[in-house]
Amino acid sequence: MSQHQPRALGLATRFAARELRAGLSGFRILIACLALGVAAIAAIGSVRGAIEAGLAREGAAMLGGDAELSLTYRFADAAERAWMEEQATAVSEIAEFRSMAVLGGDRVLTQVKAVDAAYPLIGDVTLSPAMPLSQALAGDDLPGTVMAPALIARLDAEIGDTVEIGGSPFRLMAALESEPDANASGFSLGPRTLLSRAALEDTPLLAPGTLFDSRYRLTLPPGSDLAALETEAEARFSDSGIRWRDARNGAPGIQTFVERLSAFLVLVGLAGLAVGGVGVSAAVRAYLAGKIGIIATLKTLGASRRVIFLTYGLQIGALSLIGIVLGLILGALLPLMVAPLLSALLPVPADFGLYPAALAEAALYGALTAALFTLWPLARVEEIRAAQLFRDHGAGRALPRPGFLVLLALLAAGLAGSAALLSGAATLTLWAFAGILAALLLLALAARALRATAARLTRLSRGRPAWRWSLSAISGPGTEVLPVILSLGLGLSVLASVGQIDGNMRAAIAEELPTRAPSFFAVDIQPDQVPAFLERTEGDEAVSRVDRAPMLRGVITRINGEPAREVAGDHWVLRGDRGVSYADALPENTTVTAGSWWDEGYSGAPQVSVSAEEGAELGLTLGDMLTVNILGRDIEAEVTSFREVDFSTAGMGFILVMNQAALAGAPHSWIATIYAERAAEAPLLRDLGRDFPNVTAISVREAIALVTDLLGSIAAATSWGAAITLVTGFLVLIGAALSGERARAYEAAVLKSLGASRARILGSFALRAALMGAGAGLVALLAGILGAWAICHFVLETSYAVIWPNALAVVAGGLALNLAAGLIFAWRPLSVRPAQVLRAQD
Amino acid sequence: MTKPTTPPDDVLIQLRGAALSLSGNAGQVEILRGIDLDVRRGETLGLIGPSGSGKSSLLMLLGGLERATGGKVSVLGQDLTSLSEDALARFRRDHMGVVFQSFHLIPTMTALENVATPLELAGHADAFERAAEELEQVGLGHRAGHYPSQLSGGEQQRVALARAAAPRPEILLADEPTGNLDEANGSAIMDLLFGLRDRHGATLVMVTHAPDLAARCDRTVPLRDGQIAQPASVPAGASA
Repeated sequence: MSQHQPRALGLATRFAARELRAGLSGFRILIACLALGVAAIAAIGSVRGAIEAGLAREGAAMLGGDAELSLTYRFADAAERAWMEEQATAVSEIAEFRSMAVLGGDRVLTQVKAVDAAYPLIGDVTLSPAMPLSQALAGDDLPGTVMAPALIARLDAEIGDTVEIGGSPFRLMAALESEPDANASGFSLGPRTLLSRAALEDTPLLAPGTLFDSRYRLTLPPGSDLAALETEAEARFSDSGIRWRDARNGAPGIQTFVERLSAFLVLVGLAGLAVGGVGVSAAVRAYLAGKIGIIATLKTLGASRRVIFLTYGLQIGALSLIGIVLGLILGALLPLMVAPLLSALLPVPADFGLYPAALAEAALYGALTAALFTLWPLARVEEIRAAQLFRDHGAGRALPRPGFLVLLALLAAGLAGSAALLSGAATLTLWAFAGILAALLLLALAARALRATAARLTRLSRGRPAWRWSLSAISGPGTEVLPVILSLGLGLSVLASVGQIDGNMRAAIAEELPTRAPSFFAVDIQPDQVPAFLERTEGDEAVSRVDRAPMLRGVITRINGEPAREVAGDHWVLRGDRGVSYADALPENTTVTAGSWWDEGYSGAPQVSVSAEEGAELGLTLGDMLTVNILGRDIEAEVTSFREVDFSTAGMGFILVMNQAALAGAPHSWIATIYAERAAEAPLLRDLGRDFPNVTAISVREAIALVTDLLGSIAAATSWGAAITLVTGFLVLIGAALSGERARAYEAAVLKSLGASRARILGSFALRAALMGAGAGLVALLAGILGAWAICHFVLETSYAVIWPNALAVVAGGLALNLAAGLIFAWRPLSVRPAQVLRAQD
Repeated sequence: MTKPTTPPDDVLIQLRGAALSLSGNAGQVEILRGIDLDVRRGETLGLIGPSGSGKSSLLMLLGGLERATGGKVSVLGQDLTSLSEDALARFRRDHMGVVFQSFHLIPTMTALENVATPLELAGHADAFERAAEELEQVGLGHRAGHYPSQLSGGEQQRVALARAAAPRPEILLADEPTGNLDEANGSAIMDLLFGLRDRHGATLVMVTHAPDLAARCDRTVPLRDGQIAQPASVPAGASA
């Protein structure tokens, strides 16, 4: 065996080189399909690399310090502060909360940041007109404030105006052009206002119970071990609700968002690569079909199966390599070329450059895909017998040898496994792979069904020659139906899924939610304001409903005395603080699913009622003990009931509700949801602002608009990814049309010799392309609807309805694309003189 | 549908100074030069000559599958050089059947469908019934549902014959119809071809290398270097 191996390889290399001398003309589509798929993934990876590098470089600046400790509802106590001072060379204290900025009749929700003199520890604040921040916040006779230009515009304010924030007057000193830590707080519901931390002391802005976060930014000595400090901080403060972040991940929200979105886009890219794989496979099949004579001759001359396999494997491998390298060059260069444009569009820093890891990942996917899709046709080369020199038709239909089947399975597993590992979203990736595989199977079955249906209809279409020729071409030998349905169908399936999911989410947000969601959330209502607030709102004819509840924030630190995360894992309820409420009697419209509500007036050991769904996910049962840190104090409560909580209506919902006696003594404010007629929203907001200046009203409609905008951006990015898939699909169609051109020229010549006009022949070509395109579109629609339903139902947990305009567009798009590909390559067969073609065959 | 007028002297096909030159990579090639030829109704004519002498090209010219670059080609009184490509196709549909050396069946259609195609093109409602009869005539009724790739060479040529004869054309053109077949199959095909011609009374123009086939024709026309080599022979007993 070892004697034969080098000889076989050497022979095969020489044979392969001789055959490749003929040029790449038959392989342009193979190379283009691979190049496009690899380029898309390489470009996505490069942009992700650029953003991650930018975030890493600017991590400390974006965070506002080397590390940050944050708390909810309170400032750090003396011991906590002392620990920070001990570790850091400088500490800056910041308070963040939402409030209403008021000027004249305009009231706008704003995200307030009250900063101390040390702020910003890193980077600079830019103001317009230019002045030091300390000077701006000092103000004049009134304390000063600076506001984001968007806020100034919405208030119709001018520099020097007196603006009320939470009922207290401030002098608007300048516009806030930029702040280094703008993205540190994550998703924001309103534009920024900066105040002096000292000014808070003289105003009622942070009345007891007001919802605010305190943040402590630390500058650490050079060489500090961030991981060790984090471990120490968590050990020391794990029960007090302190959260740690550091410059290693300065904007975790953005980082996660970028990771998720790029993982999703890479999956779309992989779908594109799968479409390309169909084209690669079709190109290899067509190439090898043309080589049957040569292979049979080589066999006649004594070439072994191994030599034959290697000869063509080396050729296909070399050509795949060209495609992959071209894709990598394109994928690396494209982000660099559009870097200035992207940098301007991205809200985060990005360091565009060459990212070898991203390119290696794309190359790996490209190589595995090429191997996966070419191995099957290559394996069948072995079945070609020397005797086929004397027969017209090619290899039989038997499966490749078991060894090849095992290799194919390993390649598929390798592709799915590496994508799962590298994407950072293993479950999503594996589901996506299952989806792509299911879609490919469905499409392959559909191609068979279409072929069988066409065969049946052929008999019914007698007397309609154009129809019969089209149906014969679809059902007969040498049909293009499989590559067309697979490539076009998969591309359209991805596009249909994205369109259906996007449409359903938009519908859920834009149509369904507002009909059930409240008009406003009002937060920070002081307990003594509650009766007047209710009187004003419930007494308004335009208000249909007002819900209210006391509101505190708490962190679940322990379950039955054990650290909560060790017991229940990394559940979202355990990440940071959650709203906690209390009630004496069972609130209206509340359904207890297990256990029982405490008796009215109960004042014994604390009890807690937990949201049934989240409770089950955390593995809680009746009788469990939860330790909740509220305002730095641990409250241990027994789980005595579970309730149904519906978060989908954007109404009031608390994971934890305790008995009144457990929390009523703690400083807290109230939250209310107000359901009002749309026309009454603006005057109501104005009146509430006048009567309750410290109360912050958040318009649900505006919050929804923000979320819808964000979703729109995600859908746009995904649609671009899906469009690349479709472009690859179109390339495959062109490949199929090109490889079928000779057959069509022959068919046209024979039909002409029998008396058919060019219009009639063209009609038949158009009809078969349209039929296959519509077939691919219909199957893609089915696959897209199934996929979108599964994602809406299982992942997003929203209702699903078919978005028909999108669905019809997909079918029409399939028809149009295949028609275009078919007709572009119909001209030459039609224009050739019959004698040219028919004599060439003699 | 074209309505040609038959010349009073019963000449069905008339060529005067017909020429064909093709341009390729090697430059202009004169394929046919100054061909003058008359073919009478009902005649069987054999075009003979060495390879490259222009026999098949002349047949293509007669069938309108190639356009003359000089002179005149008149079939059934219709000047083929003046017809558009689609008009030529219609002319063939209405008046001609062509049989090729390589059969030229459409690979995506069954034998029956191949035979029915010219009948469908001519708008016959009973295209498939007639196609089935034609297949029976050539002894392939039992292979009607087979694709060309499932038939032997001899069977494929029989299907091609049935397809050419099905519309009952006035003119049958055959380009070395036995060239790709063994002797037995070739002989059977020729019997069928002459049988069809006799049954339907068509005019037959055939290209052949085989002397025994040429001998079965009423007349042979030898070609050499794109020209008619000598006056056409008229065997004794030829009709007309």
